[in-house]
Amino acid sequence: MSELRYTEDHEWLRTEADGSVTVGITAFAQNALGDVVFVQLPELQSYEQGAEASTVESVKAASGVYMPLTGEVVAVNDQLDGSPELVNEDPLGEGWFFRFIPADAGAVAQLLDQDAYDRLIKANADA
Amino acid sequence: MSTETLQKTPLHALHLELGARMVPFAGFDMPVQYPLGVMKEHLHTREQAGLFDVSHMGQIRLTGANAAKALETLVPVDIIDLPVGMQRYAMFTNENGGILDDLMVANLGNDELFLVVNAACKDQDLAHLRQHIGAQCEIQPLFEERALLALQGPAAVKVLERLAPEVAKMTFMQFTRVQLLGKDCFVSRSGYTGEDGFEISVPANAADALARRLLAEPEVAAIGLGARDSLRLEAGLCLYGHDMNSLTTPIEASLLWAISKVRRVEGERAGGFPGAAQVFAQQQNGVARKRVGLLPQERTPVREEAEIVDEAGTVIGKVCSGGFGPTLAGPVAMGYVDIAHTALDTPVWAIVRGKRVAMKVSKMPFVAQRYYRG
Repeated sequence: MSELRYTEDHEWLRTEADGSVTVGITAFAQNALGDVVFVQLPELQSYEQGAEASTVESVKAASGVYMPLTGEVVAVNDQLDGSPELVNEDPLGEGWFFRFIPADAGAVAQLLDQDAYDRLIKANADA
Repeated sequence: MSTETLQKTPLHALHLELGARMVPFAGFDMPVQYPLGVMKEHLHTREQAGLFDVSHMGQIRLTGANAAKALETLVPVDIIDLPVGMQRYAMFTNENGGILDDLMVANLGNDELFLVVNAACKDQDLAHLRQHIGAQCEIQPLFEERALLALQGPAAVKVLERLAPEVAKMTFMQFTRVQLLGKDCFVSRSGYTGEDGFEISVPANAADALARRLLAEPEVAAIGLGARDSLRLEAGLCLYGHDMNSLTTPIEASLLWAISKVRRVEGERAGGFPGAAQVFAQQQNGVARKRVGLLPQERTPVREEAEIVDEAGTVIGKVCSGGFGPTLAGPVAMGYVDIAHTALDTPVWAIVRGKRVAMKVSKMPFVAQRYYRG
């Protein structure tokens, strides 16, 4: 299992052995959202980077989950249909959203690494 | 609005100490949730007891022999015959019958009325009262002077009677003066959750001690505005500015029940409130649209402002409040729809992110009210 990469929208990405990339939202994001009650998962299709591929609904509000990189979604976490609370309980594990094949395999490494993301969180906390 | 200009309730420091997430609401820095989270706070209130800081709301005292008669000229509600020690739901109407605000009115006896109005409307309400009935009674805003706490849930009575045994005898909508921790409080057996419970008006400088005392009881948890909203929505209760406003009448808002018999067309003191003719005409001839309960048939929450369409795709209304109901364990909403689609069980659809979500017109409350009626 490779190390995690992050986006400024508080998504995490993990490149799997088969080259697909798993996407979820971070612990920081789920905490900010509060209790997740519904996740609208993406279709199995291609999305451009930045497209709203998925929506996560907390008790309070709906928030978009954006495609971190251009690519084709090849799997979604159907478990979230019946158990959206997994996003809160295990955001980096069972609470994953979808897997995609990036159009540019090298692009994942260009995203934020753990240190950069930690600095982003700290900056948010200090703001 | 920047945080510097936000007002603070007397419990502000306590909220921070409890780890609340604060948000601006009606000009106040208010707790939207505590570390427990909206879902658990909601369920805790339905199962045990929740303590809410609603000190941002406006408390106003009217005094004078003509106070009740004067207030009746502004609301379609029987105030003159409101018994001493009782509270009643009312609304200020405008010349078109539109709702300026909704409020609670209690009769304290000795020609004294006690009003609780919405936070966002309180300055406007005060000006409205002064303009129209300022010459007929004394109007005293208690905005700075008093805090308001709500203790809601099936265990609320058990908790509050430890401080004042006499509250256990009160029934729904009764209102009385009570000493709590040695301070003069006004307690009503009412609330905004659909549960049994109390609203407690306490001197501002005694609010923190009272709140801490109540939170020290094992049944009580601090509850934020997030759960307050989901609780009232499940109870089918209107939120001013969302489910009604100056462009909706009590008839359109499905609040005919709140217009006292004696103030209706056939009543002894019919009319005499702003917009009475329009309200009566609507009551007689019907309205074009009405507020109804809506239950989404899928798991997708349907939120405020979502358009409502019929089977053919024609827009027939709009959602005014919507979200997730933790007790129902599913989405819940209310909205205004064209009158042809207001019958119970009528299928309608909301447009959410460009897609249709099936909903059914449903009776309210969505969760049974559990008021204590003795």
